[in-house]
Amino acid sequence: MSTLLEARHLSAGWGGCAVLSDIDLDLGAGEVLGLLGPNGAGKSTLLRAMAGDLAPLAGELVLDGRPLSAWPPQARARRVAYLPQASSLAFPFTVHEVVMLGRLPHDAGRRADDAIVAAVLAWTDTTHLAGRLYTLLSGGEQQRVQLARVLCQLMHSSPEEPLEGRLLLLDEPSAALDLRHQQLLVDTVRDLARRGCTVVLSLHDLNLLSSLADRLLVLAGGACRALDTPAALLTCEFLGELFGTELAVQPHPLKGYPLVFPLD
Amino acid sequence: MGAILALCGAVSQGLFRNPLADPSLIGVTGGATLGAAAAMVLGAGALPALPVLTVISFGAFAGGVAAVLLVYRLATDSTGTSVATMLLAGIAITALAGALVSLVEFYADNALLRRISLWKMGGLETGSRPEVVLALAVTAVLCVALPRHGTALNALLLGESEAAHLGIRVGRLKAVLVTWIALGVGVSVALAGTIAFVGLVVPHVVRLAIGPDHRYLLPGSALAGAILLLLADTAARLLAPPAEIPVGILTAIVGVPFFLSLLRQRARFGMVAP
Repeated sequence: MSTLLEARHLSAGWGGCAVLSDIDLDLGAGEVLGLLGPNGAGKSTLLRAMAGDLAPLAGELVLDGRPLSAWPPQARARRVAYLPQASSLAFPFTVHEVVMLGRLPHDAGRRADDAIVAAVLAWTDTTHLAGRLYTLLSGGEQQRVQLARVLCQLMHSSPEEPLEGRLLLLDEPSAALDLRHQQLLVDTVRDLARRGCTVVLSLHDLNLLSSLADRLLVLAGGACRALDTPAALLTCEFLGELFGTELAVQPHPLKGYPLVFPLD
Repeated sequence: MGAILALCGAVSQGLFRNPLADPSLIGVTGGATLGAAAAMVLGAGALPALPVLTVISFGAFAGGVAAVLLVYRLATDSTGTSVATMLLAGIAITALAGALVSLVEFYADNALLRRISLWKMGGLETGSRPEVVLALAVTAVLCVALPRHGTALNALLLGESEAAHLGIRVGRLKAVLVTWIALGVGVSVALAGTIAFVGLVVPHVVRLAIGPDHRYLLPGSALAGAILLLLADTAARLLAPPAEIPVGILTAIVGVPFFLSLLRQRARFGMVAP
């Protein structure tokens, strides 16, 4: 498996103050990495560093053999798509217009753009919203529209193309989603990963994370606590210590991956 | 002139991701007024070789740029640009510029004082040939230069870092746009004084009519702004002949109630409070 993204002794933070220190990481094509950790552990900071928002304070971040900061903006935008935790769009664009903004870095032509937008609207179950005004949607609907916008940035010229070399970064993509749309998100991410897309996502829902991620990076206080498979990490002892609360872990009755639930 | 103001208004609203942004609210107009007033007082004596018009235009442009840079610097820290801080800083700069203009007026002689105060009310009555040529040239340049950034402005509405993730060079885009705005507002202030609310109301109305897509919003605003100001100027000339009411007074009197009613109704059109 070739390496797409590499972090070497990475430190990142705001105003010269490191939130995240000494992270080492290798991500390959088609790998799904879950970020796990208490509030303020540095999950969003790591995602923003990977998106190129924050220049590393120390160490380096290498995308496909080239330091992330050395990528020209448009070339990087064709490889890396990032969904932030919250969005602040206050202008009454239609849903279709918002999603179409994800096609900005590409020049695949009108027909390819239309096909890709139609596909991502279907994946996020937002086809029926296409003509509505974004500002009048509910929180969960807005989140799915933003997800659709970010997904359609990943594709170059066709919704079915292989996705090796692309990096999808999702910060809390399921926070406002109902159960059905959470499952739809899981299916979509799995499908993208199967086609070679590398995915890094932070989720507070341990069970979604457990069902989706190949590996988990556990952050605490801005440092890497552990990097391993969900099966190895999601144990009562480790989670109890990490979150400071008592938890129980049982295997999923059908799929076998660990399920976490509170004891009280 | 109306086209320039409406275009600059539409671009500022996109740039600051705030439908309430307007060159007069973020201090550009205040700075430009101060620059022009200073140029009127100092320029005539200091640089007699240059045409007065050029000196005033340059003063207004310099004042506009200085104001916008100052406001921008105040509102920006390592985490990005805060729109709220920017509007507040704009109010402060406008107040400061207003006080300094008053100071200039205080030391000006009677003839100059009347000229400054008439000019501050905004008017189009003194359309000499070089003024018209300058206005046309700037309008043409802005009408060509600004709509090219329409798609990038659309991306900017998502947020600055989101636009960067879409491959937009955000820093350069902002610098270019701010320069164009300062040029447009500077020239417009130099030629016609402060004409209020065109830059705020026109893009707002056009957006309600055709949506927020800057590829259509910018040309639409330019056209609507030109038409509106033409109507306002005609009205100003016809209302109390032979006197001509300064058109800036008229646009403010009509524009403010209109804008307030927009504020109350905008939820109906899908605008949410910024």
